[in-house]
Amino acid sequence: MTTTTLPAQRQLPLAAATGPTTTSSPWTQARVLARRSLIKTWRTPEALIDVTLQPVIFLALFTYVFGGAIAGGSQEDYLQFLLPGLLGQTIAMASVALGQNLNADIEKGVFDRFRSLPIARSAPLVGAVMADVVRYVILFVVMIAVGTVMGFDPASWTGVLGSLLLAVGFALCFGWISVYVGMLVRTPGAVQGIMFALIFPLAFGSNVFVSTETMPGWLQAFVHVNPISHLVGAVRGLMMGGPVAGDLVWTLVSMAGLLVVFMPLAVRAYRRRA
Amino acid sequence: MTNAIEASGLTMRFGSTQALAGVDLAAREGTVLGVLGPNGAGKTTAVRILATLLRPDSGTARVAGFDVVRQPAQVRARIGLTGQYASVDEDLTGTQNLLLIGQLLGFSTRESRSRAVELLEWFDLTDSAGRTAKTYSGGMRRRLDLAASLVGRPSVIYLDEPTTGLDPAKREEMWDVVRRVVGEGATVLLTTQYLEEADALADEITVIDSGRVIAHDTPDGLKHHVGGQRLRVRPTDPARVDEVRALLLALTGVGSETSTRGEVTCRVDDDSLLPALVGRLQDDGIAVSELSLHLPSLDEVFLTLTGRGTDTDTTEEAA
Repeated sequence: MTTTTLPAQRQLPLAAATGPTTTSSPWTQARVLARRSLIKTWRTPEALIDVTLQPVIFLALFTYVFGGAIAGGSQEDYLQFLLPGLLGQTIAMASVALGQNLNADIEKGVFDRFRSLPIARSAPLVGAVMADVVRYVILFVVMIAVGTVMGFDPASWTGVLGSLLLAVGFALCFGWISVYVGMLVRTPGAVQGIMFALIFPLAFGSNVFVSTETMPGWLQAFVHVNPISHLVGAVRGLMMGGPVAGDLVWTLVSMAGLLVVFMPLAVRAYRRRA
Repeated sequence: MTNAIEASGLTMRFGSTQALAGVDLAAREGTVLGVLGPNGAGKTTAVRILATLLRPDSGTARVAGFDVVRQPAQVRARIGLTGQYASVDEDLTGTQNLLLIGQLLGFSTRESRSRAVELLEWFDLTDSAGRTAKTYSGGMRRRLDLAASLVGRPSVIYLDEPTTGLDPAKREEMWDVVRRVVGEGATVLLTTQYLEEADALADEITVIDSGRVIAHDTPDGLKHHVGGQRLRVRPTDPARVDEVRALLLALTGVGSETSTRGEVTCRVDDDSLLPALVGRLQDDGIAVSELSLHLPSLDEVFLTLTGRGTDTDTTEEAA
């Protein structure tokens, strides 16, 4: 591939027919793209409402409006039960924005550029998921901080730290459902619609708000296979003391399952999306 | 000399729409291939196939010697794509946009930075380098988009309608930029809706319509085929239109058309006609409020080539 008619000297090394000189690892690519997402988040702080204001509203609403009725009087007792549960619900809901943002990005054409670059197909998706860690950590810290002001009193702060790792890890795996949906549907609004339709039964058909024993048998069966129940069970155990092992194992298993199923599906849907 | 872009028999169907119905394209290394056609002709689909974003239903394409379907990674390492809708990240600054691409390509932070500085300066964006692309004008956005596609020093560059939506002054500015890029030795595939643009920039022009190639020629050959330039004269006094028509007939030997606005238009192949016409108009004391020479519009080109205009609803050939 030699060119004879070109000027021998170029003023600037702009376009050169020399072919590629460097390549980067998929890990580097994902990291670079994660940084891009973080810069965007930084520029639009209002996009953080779903991990700051929204969970606080849920916390206040369920503690002060429903808490007394649900827990038979003591709102402070209910808060100890509610907060670990609400963490599981809100962190799953926080993943909705991930699919919405990716869906919007694809329409804007920036992803055409990424697709035309010699980088891993999965890098833009993995990068976006990685950047979401920051949002999940913010959510967790805000919930614990506001909860503490309201009277939340965990039995073990080491357990709280362990819960942080577990909940963020779970969200990273659960988020691939959102990415997958984001690759399948046409509009960001549709991503939200589908994800809420999925998350609401998972969040309420669980041990998040009330004790499972009060539910009919068929619903208890659902609660027992619901991954959010196991996450909440493990987080409750870690924060408030109590059995952890069973729920922890099931949470880790469901995390692996979510990752193994939805990550390849999402990447495949992304490849196919023209 | 080898072809940097070579496509044959490309077909692509989206649902009931046949976007491409067997398109051949070829661009020699270091030249500009203009792909001319109206909206919906299949230009963008062809570019997306050549940029490995779409797989054709049938047909083959090689870019820089690599097959776009079987060796997409090698192709991607050698191409630069600037889309019809400038695909820069609006929330990032000019610098950040270019750094992102450099780092994705595996440049070190220092290399990425110096490449970004170099390109921003080259595209006259240094003063706006720290502002988010959201605040850029249309022309600046196109330049940033083009800069982003050049970070990896591609040998083949796709410019998909680089001036659509720009005002005429900005369009000429963009043409200068494109000429400079070509001067650096890359092969360029440029799609456009303007014959004038293809004429100004391309070495060869392929005209496509409803997913088919309807002409391929050099700009001069194509202009010759469609009848060179158009001359338009509008006498200030509409009553003198007939006199003007008689003058034109005497000078060119071909008939002219008169619009309802009192404009007389005729084909011109001879560059010396305009000064001659001006002399005769002066001799006869005919004042004109408009006198211009221009290349045929895409509509006029299509009328000549296909016997109909660019009405994209007329798709009987695409079935």
